[in-house]
Formats: sequence, structure tokens, C-alpha cells
Amino acid sequence: MKGDAPKAEKCITKFFPPFSGVDQHRLMSSRKESTSTSVAAMASTSGTLDSPVKQIQIEGLVVLKIIKHYQEEGQGSEVVQGVLLGLVVDDRLEITNCFPFPQHTEDDADFDEVQYQMEMMRSLRHVNIDHLHVGWYQSTYYGSFVSRALLDSQFSYQHAIEESVVLIYDPIKTAQGSLSLKAYRLTPKLMEICKEKDFTPEGLKKASIGFENMFEEVPIVIKNSHLISVLMWELEDKSTAADKHELLNLSSSNHLEKSLQLLMDRVDDLNQEIVKYNTYSRNLSKQQQQKHQYIQRRQQENAQRQSRGEPPLPEEDITKLFKPPQAPPRMDTLLIAGQINNYCQNVKEFTSQNLGKLFMAEALQGHN
Amino acid sequence: MSVFGPVVKIHPVVLASISDSYERRNEGASRVIGTLLGTIDKHSIEVTNCFSVPHNESEDEVAVDMEFAKNMYELHKRVSPTEVIIGWYATGFDITEHSVLIHEYYSREATNPIHLTVDTALQSGKMNIRAYVSAQMGVPGKTVGVMFTPLTVKYIHYDTERIGMDLLQRTRLATTRTKGLTSDLSQVGGAAARIQDMLTTVLAYIEDVLSGKVTADNSVGRFLMDLVNKVPTISAEDFENMLNSNINDLLMVTYLSNLTQAQIALNEKLVLEIKMLPVIYLFSLALP
Repeated sequence: MKGDAPKAEKCITKFFPPFSGVDQHRLMSSRKESTSTSVAAMASTSGTLDSPVKQIQIEGLVVLKIIKHYQEEGQGSEVVQGVLLGLVVDDRLEITNCFPFPQHTEDDADFDEVQYQMEMMRSLRHVNIDHLHVGWYQSTYYGSFVSRALLDSQFSYQHAIEESVVLIYDPIKTAQGSLSLKAYRLTPKLMEICKEKDFTPEGLKKASIGFENMFEEVPIVIKNSHLISVLMWELEDKSTAADKHELLNLSSSNHLEKSLQLLMDRVDDLNQEIVKYNTYSRNLSKQQQQKHQYIQRRQQENAQRQSRGEPPLPEEDITKLFKPPQAPPRMDTLLIAGQINNYCQNVKEFTSQNLGKLFMAEALQGHN
Repeated sequence: MSVFGPVVKIHPVVLASISDSYERRNEGASRVIGTLLGTIDKHSIEVTNCFSVPHNESEDEVAVDMEFAKNMYELHKRVSPTEVIIGWYATGFDITEHSVLIHEYYSREATNPIHLTVDTALQSGKMNIRAYVSAQMGVPGKTVGVMFTPLTVKYIHYDTERIGMDLLQRTRLATTRTKGLTSDLSQVGGAAARIQDMLTTVLAYIEDVLSGKVTADNSVGRFLMDLVNKVPTISAEDFENMLNSNINDLLMVTYLSNLTQAQIALNEKLVLEIKMLPVIYLFSLALP
């Protein structure tokens, strides 16, 4: 599990370079294209839109593509990522298409990504697919996605494109019976902090950010066009796969074990962070005491000297003598706390579902 | 010539993609074409991905942007290296002469490509999805023509795809064609309701058989036996024990997660609110 974080960092931080390219591309396209009105809307709202996105509307196609991408390429490895394309309408973010990102198997394929993205977007424009970047998606393992890398990526995205979101797809939870897709954005407070890069305790205190207001979840709605609805009706008839009811599966220990394992790891991490902070604060208070003592001694000495008629000793710069210890950055603690919170939420959801199922099983057995 | 070709298995994402690109076609274009990607097996071809290719079609000529097709294929290959070009698709009902030309082009890219038609214009009231493979016909030595022979089409999906599809299926019933994502117990409730519906249907059938309205079918009877016997007969005490231990486990986990959440919230408060921190308590959870 610990191996997750570093690899994910490697994946996502390389995601950045496209930024300037994408922005320019978007501006170019908004000037050239006159046929698609959606582009015009985006160009007018993107710069000045301050109100956050209140709802996300996803097309069925995007859902299917994300599922397929994980299924085919994601087995065994940690995360699969991709880019979301769409447009903004009023306070809704509509996601109409997406394309996957290749895995980072070789380390030399660095500049490939910018090119890949540019090529993809250019090609998609030719077939009239919305080529505006509105976010990115990522798969997750048991809900462990709150990491530094994700924060950085999302911050970049949100900085460049006001309304972007990150879609987190949980394949394990989906395999248990119901699609698990969540959309997150960074709160404006967190955006401020990231901009300043001020991760000291004082900075965070000023903005009063707790782990609960780091990310905000945006509700998702799935929408299908008429033609796709027709397709659905067709497939319903022809589909011969029997209905499996994974949702009503009673076995829970496996999933619980893994979740709890991850939770324990994170709590250990948090412990370490707290120890660090403790030592820092103890050092700080010790230093304060030493400072006081020093000043007092100085004053005493000066008083003695005055009484003896000698010139007082110069006031030395105390700050140089007592360098204040480095305040440990609080960002990691915040992230870990957020992750723990996420795990707890997931576990609670899972247990509530299972309790329901157990009671149902009891009722069924009672009739036997 | 062996014309009974392989079975074509299509994933729903391909069809959704095709419909989407049809909706986004250029003005004046009556149909859309594109490349199909997938994997070839000994007896079946699995179509897992596709992308549309811009093309111009007029009365006497057809132009396909081959550069584009090649480029897109390269890009797609970087993400999923196992997918190969296995054919092409076109929306629309008929196979025109232009199709033959396009098919020829694709036979240069892939061995024995398949051609998929999706009737998005709903000419016959349904969206017909057909697959063809080309076969030579005619008198050998003289003019040789090409005939498109149909193949069987099946729909397959991964488990997770099916779950996603379930959700999408529910959108077609809502008037605005939208559906939010449910959570928690409501999902279990939904699944239980579905089982209940199925049980009522079965019960209605049984009633009919008992009252003589419908003749009893032996195979159905066997299924019913299976169904009833699936509920395992365990002694009440054993079942009580199992149930209780499971419930205890779940309750304990819930308690622990609540405790953890409370503690991190507390930690947060201490760090943020208190200015001069003399000591912070170390939280150590002893999890079993």
C-alpha cells in the first residue's frame, strides 16, 4: 500500500507540462471556430466565472469509456488517468467525452505527453468532439486518492481552468454492485493556500482550513441523448448476460480487512506527523524559555554593571542567537487526515449496507 | 471460400461512441465512418474501441482522411497496445459502392477486416446493428466482385461495464433522461426491490399453475426447486451465532471509524485553535 503513493506521484506530476500548451490551444480554437456555439460560451465564461460549478452532467459514453479504460489497462497497477472534455453551461459542467492517458512505463517518454495531448485534441476537433479540457479522471484503490500529487494536479487544473474537476472512479466498489464515481474540486480557501505555498501552521490557521474543507464534492448526474437511449433499449433486448446481483453479496470480511489495513497505515503516518509537530512545539517552547532567561541575565548584568559604573553590554540580537526551529509543513498532515476521513466514510457506508443485507438474510432464514 | 466468419463480439462502449459521432457529424454528411479496434481470437473478434474518421462522400467519389486514421491509431496504440485495427464501421442502413472502396482501403490495414453498420437513422424502426465480412464472388478469370456476407453479432461486456450499463439503462425511464447516483442503503433497497419484483412474478406464475390456468413445465419446476433449496438449512442456533458475530464485526468497525474521525477532528481543532502549544496528546489507536 505504501508503494502506491510514490508511484502515483510519478504518474501525475508528469501530467503538468501540457498546461501552457492547452491554454493556448483553447484560445486559438476559440478564435477560429465559429460553428460550435459551445466554444463561444466557454470563452466568455472561462475567464470571469467566479461561481463554482454546482452540478456535473456526464454522458453515458464517458462512464463507459472510463470503466473500459480501467478494466483493460488498470489491472494490477495503481492508477489509470485520462482527460475529460466538455463544456460549461450556466453552473453546470457537462462532460461529453474523454480520452485515456498512456501509462508511464518508460521514463524517457516525458515530452511525449504534451504531444499526445495536443495531437489527441486536434484530432478530436476534426470530428466535432468538444475539445475543451474540463478536468481529468483517475481510478483509485479502495478510496486512497488524497495525496500530494492529486492536490498539485488539481490545483494546476483549477488555476488554469476555473471549473475543472477531478473524477474519481472506484472500480472495486463498482464491482460490488453500484457505480462509484465522484467529482471533487478544491475549495477556494485551499486554492488560496496553494497559491501562496504557505504551508506553515500559522498560514493554515489564518485560513482556518480543516481536513473537511479541503475538497468539495460536486453532485453528478448522468444524462443520455435520445439516440443513446434508443441504443439502450436495443441492447436491453439483445443482451443475454444473466443478471448477477453482486450488490446483495453477503461476504464482507475481505473488503473490510483491506480497508482497515489502509486505515491503520494512514493512522501510523499521522502519528509520525504528530510526533514531529510535538517535538517542534517543545523545541519552540524550550527556546522561548532560554530566550527569557538570556534576556533576564542580560538585564541583571546590565543592572550590576550600571551599579558599578561600567558601560552596559550591547544588546545583542537575540534572534541570531536563538534561531527559531523550522515549523514543519502542515500540508501532509492535512492530507493524511483527509485521507483517513475518506477511509472512515467508505467503511461506514460499507458497513451500513452490509448490516442491511444481514438483516435481510435473517428474515429470509426465519421463514425456513 | 469459407464465408462463415468469426463471431463478432461488441462492447457497448463502441456502439455508444458510434452513436455519439453520428450526432456530431458535419453538416451535409449523411453518414459517419470510422475505424474499429479490438482483438482477434481464433473464432471470434472482440471489438473494444473505435474512433471516427472524417470523410467526404458525394455522388461519384469518396475521400477518407487516411493520415488522420493513421495518427489516431498510433495515439490509441500508446494507451492500449493490444488493440489492433480489425475493421471499420459506417452508420446508415445500406452498403453502397463507396463502402467497397473504403473496405478495400481497410483490407490494406488489417487482414480480412469486418464492416459494421449501425442504422442510426432508424429506418426500420429499430437500430439495426450488423457486421459483414467481404468475400470474393463472381466467375473466376472474369470480372470479380465483392460480396458482403453477414456475421453473427453478440454483445458482451465486463462485469463493471454491466453495472455501469445498469445505471445508464435507468436513465431512459426518466423524462429528462437524467439520473443521479444513489448511495448507501438506497442501493441495497433498490436491489432488494428488484428481487422482490422477480419473486412476485414467479409467485404469480406458480399461482397460475396451481389453479390450472397454465400447464406446469418441468424445467421451470426444477428451477423452482433449486431456488427454494438455495436457502441453506442451518440450525437456528448456528445461524444466530453467525449473524451475531458478523453484526458485531460490522458494529465494531463502525465504532472504530467513528472514533478515528472524532480524533482527527479533535487534533485539527487543537492545532488550529491553540496558539502556544505546550503539549499535544499522542493518539494511538490499538486496532485488533
